[in-house]
Amino acid sequence: MAKLTLGPCLFNWAPEKWRDFYFGIADEAAIDSVYVGEVVCSKRAPFFEPVIPEVVERLMDAGKEVVFSTLALIMTEREMEGVRAIADPDAELFVEANDVSAAALLKGRPHVIGPFVNVYNEGTLAYLARQGATRLCLPGELPSESIEVLTKGKPDGLDMEVQVFGRLPLAISARCYHARHRGLTKDNCQYACGDDADGMELDTLAGDPFVAVNGTQTLSFTCCNLSAEMAEMADMGVEWFRLSPHDTNMGAVARLYRAVLDGEMDPAEMDAKLQDLVPDMPFSNGFYHGVEGEVFTASEADSE
Amino acid sequence: MELVCPAGTPASLRAAVDAGADAVYLGFRDETNARNFPGLNFSREELREGVKYAHDAGAKVLVAINTFPKAGNPGPWHKAVDDAHELNADAVILADIGVADYANRNHPELRRHLSVQASASNPEAIRFYAEEFGVQRVVLPRVLTVKEIAELNAQIPVETEVFVFGGLCVMAEGRCSLSSYVTGISPNKEGVCSPASHVRYEEHGDTLVTKLGETTVNEFAANEPAGYPTLCKGRFVAEGKAQYLFEEPTSLSVLHLLPELADAGVTALKIEGRQRGRAYVAQVVGAFRKALDAVARGEVPSTNELLAVTEGQKETAGVYKRDWR
Repeated sequence: MAKLTLGPCLFNWAPEKWRDFYFGIADEAAIDSVYVGEVVCSKRAPFFEPVIPEVVERLMDAGKEVVFSTLALIMTEREMEGVRAIADPDAELFVEANDVSAAALLKGRPHVIGPFVNVYNEGTLAYLARQGATRLCLPGELPSESIEVLTKGKPDGLDMEVQVFGRLPLAISARCYHARHRGLTKDNCQYACGDDADGMELDTLAGDPFVAVNGTQTLSFTCCNLSAEMAEMADMGVEWFRLSPHDTNMGAVARLYRAVLDGEMDPAEMDAKLQDLVPDMPFSNGFYHGVEGEVFTASEADSE
Repeated sequence: MELVCPAGTPASLRAAVDAGADAVYLGFRDETNARNFPGLNFSREELREGVKYAHDAGAKVLVAINTFPKAGNPGPWHKAVDDAHELNADAVILADIGVADYANRNHPELRRHLSVQASASNPEAIRFYAEEFGVQRVVLPRVLTVKEIAELNAQIPVETEVFVFGGLCVMAEGRCSLSSYVTGISPNKEGVCSPASHVRYEEHGDTLVTKLGETTVNEFAANEPAGYPTLCKGRFVAEGKAQYLFEEPTSLSVLHLLPELADAGVTALKIEGRQRGRAYVAQVVGAFRKALDAVARGEVPSTNELLAVTEGQKETAGVYKRDWR
């Protein structure tokens, strides 16, 4: 049966907010698996690391699977050490690799390949499965044709996961754009990214929304929403559907997706309710349909 | 240090070799390489002739097969590796794990380099590609300072190649979907970023507006030169402030850092610009040839030779200097 995951929080939330958010998630029956950990910027980790143990304990006590996510871009020795510690066999953690380095460190043990590792084709998928990957969250820009080929051809023992809610990661950089926006350097960033709980909106000179900036990461301005496409993906054999955290009632978001998965609500009705929860983010599903990622194509039910 | 130079066409290949390139890199005329632009790249026959021209002059030919095959259709990428081997290329430059695995299993004697598009920025990732696929050189993503490159080189069993001149990706290479977000065409899959097919120049009164697809990338006054609308070099508005948030319209130029890069243990220096004409290639390669020869003699390289190419353009040392971040 299809299951829902909560992806790692991509934003720089204050430790108390971060902790209380996950405490709330622990009580949400609709979510089966929760990813925890810093993916975007290593400078943020020291702030919420002290509360990770209590968050993990609370999630596990509630019966959730907990997956430890690792950094997408690893540049310094300190960052490398952080990933080595999470991937250490003695730590006995279930880990999501968001860089090839983490996948290499996890070789021979069950692990998740995250969406920041480039898996576009069956050759790469087969290789990573032989290395021990047991779940693979596909990159956000893959069209349905690719998802279908990869899912139908995957080896036994490898589950597929696709993000169905939330701003999509588009790029990661060595440079911090929040710092640059404030006239600061990354070394002296004053943690400017903490001011934007869902990312900082970036508009074109024509006044149209373009993307959302999250420190060193660039996200789609639009909110990926594949509510109407989940049934098709489930038929292909996709088993896990990822909700990427935003500063809204994520429990309510999860219950809407669960209702669609269970056939209790049709996607068009669900989309209307979902939009109320993220009123400032228009939906998109373009990558799935093989067109511009920012585009939203209404499902047949929507357009009737 | 080895000088690795761009060849978008056979004419540029000859120009680069004549100007003192130690190696040229190029791609086949299809989506298997990351400069899949109209009018560029090599047919199989052109590669055969190019290899002969380069080898006769003692230069190497590296074939970039550095996009990510589409699911269900790895054939063109495998064929590109097979043909590069068959046509006597000196190495292939790969990005995809599946393609690297294919090359390693089918052509173990063909030298393998890791493309910048693989974004291998740390010792564990680089060791993975070296140990699993026999990669012998890594082109480093433009995310590391010179100091970090030196620290990295001390920890890895393979050669490193770094970009020293030309266009500059601001995002970690091979991990950017900005262009496909607004055009539907993916740099990773189709091998083209900010494609010319989607570029528009619109005059609005005295203002020239540049667009990529429906997205306004910049605006210019009548007397301003209008730049190409590469998304990450555009002007955008955050909190009411219009700015080049990602990067100015600038290009990388670190000729003055060659001694530092040599001390950092770098093996090869790469010049970007397969989309450039042969005159540009000849000028830039010639300038770097002189500079490298000067460094080899223990002299300080002169940047004068490059002025003719870069005059009026903004330059940056990029991430090699820490403050860029």
